[in-house]
Order: sequence, then structure tokens, then C-alpha cells
Amino acid sequence: MAGEPQAAAITVEHVSKRFRVPKERYGTLKERALHGFRRGGYETLEGLHDVSFSVQPGEFFGVVGRNGSGKSTLLKCLAGIYSTDEGSIRVDGRMSTFIELGVGFNPDLAAEDNVVLNAILLGLSPSEARRRVDAVIDFAELREFKDMKLKNYSSGMYVRLAFAVMIQVDAEVLLIDEVLAVGDAAFQHKCYREFNRMREDGRTILFVTHDMSAVNRFCHRALLLERGRVVSMGIPHEVSGEYLAVNFRHERKVDATEATDPLRDRAAFIAEAWFEDERGERVEFLTQGQSCVCRVRVEINWELHDPTFVLAIESEGGARVFATSSAWLGQETGSFTAGEQVVFSVTFDNPLAPGRYYISPQVTLLTGPQAGVVDRRDRAAATVVTGTDDDGALVSIPHDFTLERISARELSA
Amino acid sequence: MSATTSAPALAGRPQSDRGWRRFATITLTLAKNEFKVRYFGSVLGYLWSLMRPLMVFGVLYVVFTHVVRFGGDIQNYPLKLLLAIVLWSFFAEATGQSIASLVQREGLLRKVPFPPAVIPLSVALTSSFNLGLNLVVVIVFVLVTGIAPALSWLELLPLLLLLIALTVAVSMLLAVLYVPFRDMAPIWEVATQMLFWGTPIIYVIETVPKGAREILMANPLAAIIEQARHAMIDPSAPSAAASSGGAVRLLIPLAVVAILLALSLVLYRRARSTLAERL
Repeated sequence: MAGEPQAAAITVEHVSKRFRVPKERYGTLKERALHGFRRGGYETLEGLHDVSFSVQPGEFFGVVGRNGSGKSTLLKCLAGIYSTDEGSIRVDGRMSTFIELGVGFNPDLAAEDNVVLNAILLGLSPSEARRRVDAVIDFAELREFKDMKLKNYSSGMYVRLAFAVMIQVDAEVLLIDEVLAVGDAAFQHKCYREFNRMREDGRTILFVTHDMSAVNRFCHRALLLERGRVVSMGIPHEVSGEYLAVNFRHERKVDATEATDPLRDRAAFIAEAWFEDERGERVEFLTQGQSCVCRVRVEINWELHDPTFVLAIESEGGARVFATSSAWLGQETGSFTAGEQVVFSVTFDNPLAPGRYYISPQVTLLTGPQAGVVDRRDRAAATVVTGTDDDGALVSIPHDFTLERISARELSA
Repeated sequence: MSATTSAPALAGRPQSDRGWRRFATITLTLAKNEFKVRYFGSVLGYLWSLMRPLMVFGVLYVVFTHVVRFGGDIQNYPLKLLLAIVLWSFFAEATGQSIASLVQREGLLRKVPFPPAVIPLSVALTSSFNLGLNLVVVIVFVLVTGIAPALSWLELLPLLLLLIALTVAVSMLLAVLYVPFRDMAPIWEVATQMLFWGTPIIYVIETVPKGAREILMANPLAAIIEQARHAMIDPSAPSAAASSGGAVRLLIPLAVVAILLALSLVLYRRARSTLAERL
């Protein structure tokens, strides 16, 4: 085959998968007998629709998508657990599937038996499995608990053991489903290290997740699934940006229904809030480091004197990242009459780390007989920041990083 | 799409090359583990499992030889009863435990690619280990009674194979039928009771009127148990061939086993690709 392109490790061509869900489910023979064996109606759920892609040998390939987008179905079709209705799947090389850590673990057996069983289920032969028991137990750092029944293990020990088996299974093609969702930070760190090692070993890995930072970190390429269809495929950063946008669009619908809330019977009503990019176009996602504008439109229903307009930016986790208000202007905002509208804007160079953020605007009266909140809308608008600088912090402040080396001789002098 | 999709496929479905070995390995490992859990989990482990057929034997023995006064004129009736109960218990235990096995092991079936038939097979296999141990006890009893080992005991091997084949077939069928029909469990419970009385366990086939005898002998369990009795305990008892009215008639129970096996194979072949999503 010299001269021809190298065969793909995984080839998926026009794969469709439908689930037939009976409208009335007869769970027993009695019900079947009473209702006859006629076929009740079926509802067809489309799990996957015309999915095609290929993964090259040695590639770390990410599959991302929201819950229910079909990514686990795809993985199960690849693994051969589900059959496909249309299309073909070819896998070249020895394959192992990790849909869950510790599959088949029996709590009533000691670590050793469980390691052997788990390894066999993952595709090792019994002799290979037994040969690796020691390596697995050492990696999991569980030597002194080797003979303990698994039911007496702590959850951390359990996960460590399961993960240790997984990395001992040296298949050429690995299918991994959100294995990293478990475990504490230290354990996840260990997982990441192993992932890097596998990646450097040139294994072919198909990784299903909704952890975008993991996709950006490990994957050579990624594929975005939405309702069983391939929405985009390519460089991880672009795909994860689109994933966040898809997610965001979904949330927007929820916001829109809330916006029809009829509580307009107040002096001022926060009608809408949105983000604009540096060209002044409304956007649903922002790029880190670029100039952007938050705007809020307020409808005035009754006469108002010197209201204060407040704007806060909140992170997904609810942390107040930034807040500002018209009070900082140092002057009165003036008097407003019924029917007027106010649009206030905050312009800044976006320092936010990648993730989802919300604007929570507020109109208040600081003085006068009606002092208090006139209107507030928590999370009136959302945006998704995309960027490369994802180190887990909320903001990325422009800064210099310097390093100065002081030798031992200088110190003693 | 990458250009290499046009390259010829080098490999078929995953693991197809090692399919049968993997099938056997998983079945054996699951069965061994289950056996270990059952017998090494508690101090009395194996003793408990032995207790069950022995207790049933004890009760039936007392009732039928001392209360109902039955079996007095049957040679070595207690041994015949014990042997029949051990063989029957294997069938009843394996099928009873297999019935919900696929549904119980849902987590495994949905997460690891392997043929579903492994599950009921491994349950039946665990019971066969148990059967082996119980047969040792039967042999001890037989020897203690003073029956000398004979070459005819070797007949037990093909009989056991046939019994295991029947049990495996029924276990697999029940497990796969339980997926759409969850009332299979109580149905099978009743069916087991009927089978128990329809099999010469506490009675012997000679006492059955001639017309009914041949019908009863169509039941493979009856044929197996009667032949085992003839071979091991009482050579004067009619063989399976004699009680069914001719060796040719033995093809009926054999055909029943063969049909059940074939049916289960067909059902698993059909269900294999869709079973995981129907659980």
C-alpha cells in the first residue's frame, strides 16, 4: 500500500441511528395477551443523523455536544454496543471502550479479582490481565489494600483502582467517555498527565466530553454534535467556541420568555440588555482581550429624578466579577419623564477568561422619599467569552511576568 | 472529511478476530467470580449451598418413606431421590437465577461491548460448578450404601452434558424473554413447579401408567434422571429407552433440547445488536 494514504484508524460514514420508543409500552406477557400482539405505535427518536468523519492514527479526537446531542450514542455505536441503522463504521486496530470507570467491579471481591475482570472486559486476555495486576495495584497506590474487598474501599480508592486498570489497557484505539467527570482535583491532574502520555505514545483516542478546556488542551481536532447531527468539525478552539454559542442560544430562549414578564408597573423598567463587539454589532459571544460594550435599555414609566443606573457582570458560578454605576460620573443623571427611554452603556477591553458571563443591571434611587430599587434584572443578558487564556481564573489582567535569578553566591554576599 | 476514507477497510467490526475467545473468557471469569463470592464470602459458603438440596432431600425422604409410605419397594429409593434432587436443583437454580440476569446486568451490557449471551451462560456455569460439588456428595452416599462403582457410571458424563445443554438453552431463552415480558419470573415459577411434578423425582417412572409414561418421557429431564438412576444406582430399573417404549423414542427429548438450543441461538443472534438499548 506504499504511496497510498495511511488508512484511518476510525472511519464513520453516513451513520444514522434511530431509537424506536413504543408509545404504549407493554411490559408483561399479560398485557400483550390482553392487547393482542398487534404492533402499537412507535415514536422514532433520531439519535444520530448522517454522521461522517474519520480519525487518523495517532490523533486525539474530541466529540463535544450538549446532553442528549448524541455523543454517547455515537460512542456506543463505535464500540459496537448499539447497532446502526444506516452507514458504516470501521475501526482499524485493537480497540478498548471506557464508558465508565470500573465497569463490572464486584464489591464483594478483592482488588485483584476485580482488576482481572475489568481488564478482561476492556479487552485483555486473562494471562495479560493477570500479568498486569501488580502494575495496576502499584499505580493506584493500593498495595496494602490488595486483599481488601472492594466494598470496603473509599470512593477515592475505587476510582484510583479503576483508572489504573484503564491506563494499563494498551489498545491502539481508545474510546473514552467523560471519564474525567469523577475524582478530585489531584486525581484529575493525574488523568491529564496520563492523557498527555497516551497522546505522545501515538494512540488514537476518541474522547467524548463537554469539558471544553480538556478539548482545547488535548485534542488535535474536534467535532460538535447537536441533535445527532455534525454541526462543525475542525480545530478545537473553533469547535468549542461554537459549542458555547450553541449552548448560549439555547439559554437565550429561556431568557426571552422571562422578558415577557408583565411587571412593567414601576417607575422604570429594564427592557433589555445586550453585548456589542467593537464594531457595534450585537453579539452572543465575545473574544477575550477585545473591546466590547454592554448596553441596557430602560423604559421610564413615571417621572423620575436622578436615578442611578448600575451594571454588574457575574460569572457562571455567581461571582461578581465587575460592577459600575452612574454614581461614579459624579453628577446627577437628571430628571426623566414618562415615555422616555434611556440606554446606558459600559465600554471596556474584555479581560474575562473564557466562560459564560451575565449582565445584571439595576435602576435605583439613592435619595428622596422613594429611595430604593426601582427595577433590577438579574442575568438580563448572557455572553460567552472565547479565548485561549484558560487557566481557571475569572479574569485575565494585562500584566508582565519577569523572572530574576539570584545565584547562591550573590545571596551569601 | 479526510481523503483516507476511500482506503480499503483493513479490519471488520471490533474484536471480531478474537470474538469466541473473548466470549469464553468473559463467561468463565464472570462465573468464577460469582462462585467465589458465593462460596468464599461466608464461612459456611459451600456448606450452605449443599444444605439446600440435602434439606429438600431430607424432607421429601421423611414424608415419602415414613408418612406416605411410598418408595419402600423401590430399590435404593433414598439414593435415587438424592440423585434426582441434585440434578433437578441444578436445573431449577440455574434457570431461576438466569431469568432476570440480563436486566440485572444492564450496567455492564450498556457499557462494555460483549455478546449478551455471556450473562445467562455464566449464571448456568456457576450452577454447574455447584452441580459438580453436589455430585461428589452423591457419589460418597452411593459408595457408603455399598454400591460398587461400575463402568456404567461413565454414562453420567453424556447425561450431564445433555442436562447442561438443556439448562443453558432454557436459561438463555428465559433471560432474553424477560426483557420484553417482565412477568416471565412468576410464570416460570409456576412452570418450574409443574415440571417438578412432571419429572420422576420423588416417584419413579415404573409407577406411572403406561400411556402417560411415554408422554412424560418426552421431557428431557425425565429421560436424563431415569437414565442416571439406571446407570448409577439401580441397574434393574428400566432405562430411559425402555420406559419411553423404544430407543427411537429417545429422539424426542433429544430433539427438545436441540430445538431449545437452536431457538435460543437464533434469538440471541437476532437480539444481539439491539438488546443493549432495549434493557
